[in-house]
Amino acid sequence: MSTTQASPASDKLPPHEPVPVLSLRGVSQDFPGTPVVRALRRTDLDVASGDYLAIVGPSGSGKSTLLNQLGLLDRPTAGEYRLRGVATATASEKVRTVMRARHIGFVFQSFHLMPHRSVLDNVLLATLYSGVPRAERHTRAMAALERVGLGHRTRFMPTTLSGGERQRVAIARAVVTLPDVLLADEPTGNLDSASSAAIMDLFDELHGDGLTLVVITHNSDVAARAGRRVQIIDGHLAELP
Amino acid sequence: MASEHPRDRFGLRDAFAEAVAGVGARTGRLLLTVLGTVLGIAAVVVTVGLAQTGANRINERFDAVGARHASAEPATRDNAQGEAQVLGSLPWDAAARAERIAGVRAAATISTVDTDGATITSVPVNDPSAAPRSSPAVLATSPHLLEAVGGTLSQGRFFDSGHDERADRVVVLGVDAAARLGVTRVATLPSVFIGDEPYQVIGIMDSTERRNNLLSSVIVPDGTARADFDLSKPQAVEMLIQVGASPVLIDQLPVALAPTNPNAITVNAPGKPSSVQQDIQSDVYVVFLALGGVALLIGGVGIANVTLLSVMERAGEIGLRRALGARRRDVAAQFLIESVIVGGLGGLIGASSGVAVVAVVSLMRQWTPVLDLRMVLAAALAGAIVGLLAGLYPALRAARMEPVAALRSGL
Repeated sequence: MSTTQASPASDKLPPHEPVPVLSLRGVSQDFPGTPVVRALRRTDLDVASGDYLAIVGPSGSGKSTLLNQLGLLDRPTAGEYRLRGVATATASEKVRTVMRARHIGFVFQSFHLMPHRSVLDNVLLATLYSGVPRAERHTRAMAALERVGLGHRTRFMPTTLSGGERQRVAIARAVVTLPDVLLADEPTGNLDSASSAAIMDLFDELHGDGLTLVVITHNSDVAARAGRRVQIIDGHLAELP
Repeated sequence: MASEHPRDRFGLRDAFAEAVAGVGARTGRLLLTVLGTVLGIAAVVVTVGLAQTGANRINERFDAVGARHASAEPATRDNAQGEAQVLGSLPWDAAARAERIAGVRAAATISTVDTDGATITSVPVNDPSAAPRSSPAVLATSPHLLEAVGGTLSQGRFFDSGHDERADRVVVLGVDAAARLGVTRVATLPSVFIGDEPYQVIGIMDSTERRNNLLSSVIVPDGTARADFDLSKPQAVEMLIQVGASPVLIDQLPVALAPTNPNAITVNAPGKPSSVQQDIQSDVYVVFLALGGVALLIGGVGIANVTLLSVMERAGEIGLRRALGARRRDVAAQFLIESVIVGGLGGLIGASSGVAVVAVVSLMRQWTPVLDLRMVLAAALAGAIVGLLAGLYPALRAARMEPVAALRSGL
């Protein structure tokens, strides 16, 4: 499903052919071993700007493998992955790193916050590598924390926060660089239902602001929030109604 | 989307700030990590510091024995007949001239007086039947003799410049000469006779560090020797000098004593620390430095170990940083700088505590602490270099981590 919402890059292209933010063509990934694990098999997937996509599937189905591909954390064994129209499968490590820093925000199941650093420092970390001007880093991080409702917790250490608050710090860190797409891997996997609902509400708000979201989950409530769902089973991807 | 500001991408400043935060986050561990380097650097500073202080002590002892006395005399040359020929001569004010040279604390001329066979007795008895007895030698000196040769008097006083100028007939007896002449007490105003002339004994000299023949001699003022025995010129100058004054003395004394013919003066001054002494010092240095080096090596291995452990522990953080766009070299730089900070901190603390230990030991033993400041700074720097070397492998391991695997290990 594509939307008519214009992405910044589409200004230079004919309006009737919007370039998808993410585009997988025939992407496979095998993991060496006996037998070879075929985690992804010839997968095609387009995600347009402004999409809210849920990827569902049982454990071991290849969800995380797909997310690692989308996040440029791993290279495909075969196929091509274009991020904002740029081919990445065989691009240099440097190019992939820069694209990852500029275009992708990550939210992990286990939050991945640095325990010895303040909430603000954790958010600032993302600005270090993405080329946010030094003078803007602090303002942007504060704005991101305000956005997730943690403007009053900036000096706290992550260990003193609740699970829901920690995940909101992680979300602030993911959006502070103004990425094109937010990749969330089981974002509510470690949270109780109330905190989960709050995180999903936050995702809805971010989506409403125009952010492209890809959420991996095996929680049907979480998947139900997304406008578009795909299922992955044994490395095969299929659209769900 | 993020604006393009490549120059504001993770730079040295950011790497340093992240490294400081990384080091500061684990203060308890930091102290333990630093300990190895602290001990290593402190060991180097203490051993080298005590070696330098000890070397100074060795110097002081060498100096106490021989290095603080010097002498000068006219040069001699063997003539065609194989007889020693005196080339130059010393002026009568040689002692005063020598004392004007920096580093000379006291100087005195010394000359053997030819009494033309006159006997020296305490009683003027002319007894032709008595067996001829050898008389003590007569030496003429200037007033500062005691200071110049490190001598002491057991009784009475030494003559002064007044006696010298007036050519008073006074003598100081060496303790052996006094015994031979039967003079035991100065207080009774005894006299000795050189030939037929009486000379009042004003003091008895009972020890000297140089010219032991003084103790068996009768010592008269220069002026008296000139007046009574026609002493034509002083034969040698004895000097007490400051430690290290030798080079100046060797350079200046001949000119001061014989401006027209400096080559005619021979100066006998202690040289630089002897080669034996230097051999002892270099051996001491090698042993001490080897010990310090071993300690430093252990410190370096300690840093490498803990940094490697830290890299493994923080795999999740490394994965996160890579996911956020850190390049391998950014991760390597961060851990390398962390290791350098730890090493440099250890170097600073170690050098400071080393200096403190040297100072305390010196204080307790009442030594003068001698420490080359450059050595202390170099030691602190060495800590940072140890940290750099120790951090190379862990930083490489951190940089090699694959983000996916690193992220999986949690944070």
